[in-house]
Amino acid sequence: MMGLTPQETKSLGLGALLIALAALLPLFDDGFYLSISVNIVLYAALCTSWALFSGPTHYVSLATAAFYGLGTYSVGLGIELLPYPLLLLIAAAIGAVMAGLVGAATLRISGVYFVIFTFGLAELVRQLVTWTQTKFSTAMGLYVFTEMTESHIYWMLLALTGAVFLTSFLIARSRLGFAMTVIGNDETVARHVGIDTARSKIILFMISGAFIAIAGAITAPRYIYIEPPSAFNPMISFLVVIMALLGGTKRLWGPLVGVIPFTIVMDFISSNFPNHTMIVVGLAFLAIVYLIPHGVTGLLENAQARWTKRSAPAAVAEEKPA
Amino acid sequence: MTAALSIRAARKAFGGLVAVNDVSFEVKQGELLGLIGPNGSGKTTMLNLISGALPPTAGEILLDGKRISGLPAHAIARQGVSRTFQLVRVLPSLDAEENVMSGAVFGRVRLWGEDARRIARVLLDRVGLGDRAHMPVAAMTYIDQKRVELARALAADPRVLLLDEWLAGLNPSELQIGISLIDELHREGRTIVMVEHVMDAIRSLCDRCVVMSSGRMIAEGGVSETLSDPEVVRAYLGDDDA
Repeated sequence: MMGLTPQETKSLGLGALLIALAALLPLFDDGFYLSISVNIVLYAALCTSWALFSGPTHYVSLATAAFYGLGTYSVGLGIELLPYPLLLLIAAAIGAVMAGLVGAATLRISGVYFVIFTFGLAELVRQLVTWTQTKFSTAMGLYVFTEMTESHIYWMLLALTGAVFLTSFLIARSRLGFAMTVIGNDETVARHVGIDTARSKIILFMISGAFIAIAGAITAPRYIYIEPPSAFNPMISFLVVIMALLGGTKRLWGPLVGVIPFTIVMDFISSNFPNHTMIVVGLAFLAIVYLIPHGVTGLLENAQARWTKRSAPAAVAEEKPA
Repeated sequence: MTAALSIRAARKAFGGLVAVNDVSFEVKQGELLGLIGPNGSGKTTMLNLISGALPPTAGEILLDGKRISGLPAHAIARQGVSRTFQLVRVLPSLDAEENVMSGAVFGRVRLWGEDARRIARVLLDRVGLGDRAHMPVAAMTYIDQKRVELARALAADPRVLLLDEWLAGLNPSELQIGISLIDELHREGRTIVMVEHVMDAIRSLCDRCVVMSSGRMIAEGGVSETLSDPEVVRAYLGDDDA
């Protein structure tokens, strides 16, 4: 909240170092490992953006595909007309506006409705885009021809992931972050100390939506040919939820712990058992929710708590680090 | 001088049940008003109308002459109404200091960073928790949690402080501490409305009291006259004893 503590400086430095190391990857491989790393970084960006909102609010959003698809389409529609960096900004703006509208309409109601609404939204946008395309254009999809290589996409996604982390870190130290902590603890108290709970949630959802749309925009050149079923694929929404839950959403880096193993396993399954991918996803979802509801980071924290308790039972009531 | 708080014909109906039935009263600047009545008489609902936890069905509520009824709870809090809850509500994942800071950061004063922390420290000292600022509130005793809640309400420097049975559930020695704490706040000139069942506290603390029964206001005035009013006695004890 104030100056950086030594711990925070260390985390920031470590994060920067890891990103710098990861950025070296395309120098060593531009085939399979780069390709799977693009997937990993893509889902790292998506899951962290998702957790940015869903972690503190506990609202499960299934609108990831909607924001992602809008980002992809912003590039698909504009690539011949506008410079690419501008398209990324436009994608962010569209994602934020969309999230703002959805948030204003649904965040005042309870969580279950929000889940259904966001899922419906992704489908609705997909149908609208399909309808518009068949109505006003002859082709079903859009071509995206750029000079961009897999390495460029990888670097941009890596930079985006870094930006999401930095944003989460800054939010956590801001009034908004403190408001979200209070809301997560007790929404009634939050309102009565003067927090506009709906507004805080909407702002957070907008930030999250903007980042997801940028991720879609960055990935667009990778598809070369964009059509609604791939850009607005509901699988994206589900995978993001599963991976984030597997990692745990309490910590900033929690989703990462889920993303890396899951992407690798998914890649293995979809290449070896292409017809059974959905079954595996479904089973994984059940297993995670039942067996590790707080994710891997939750497990680690419990283990750590048990360890500290055993080694120093007297120190439980000690001052916790500020 | 306008009253700190004016309730004008406030009404709250839940379907056919009228929990607060056209109640009107005023709270003067610096006054400590007791809001009493048997269980289910509508006292807590009345506080909920003032703090904005519930919107009134009809009537209006003014803070320093400005209408606050109909505003959402967070807007009313920013205007300067702070409260504690009948069943204590602390923020369990935070320590005592952060709990209190939440009042200073988002309430009327809107402090941030070191300023908020400083206020929180002063108030924790004030309620007797100076040495437990970094204790997780979930590990605290009931009275200490109540103290945290009071400090959090005070952190916004409220124009009106609402205490919902803040003294309930305390043992006799804690009660003495609690009463003298509220007395001190009153002496400093804070405007307070307290819903309370502890009659000793009402007698020794309040300037005035308002008595509710079945949603209606049945008496208002100085504490001793009001408590000996036959209708008030009947409300509490039933017809036979009146």
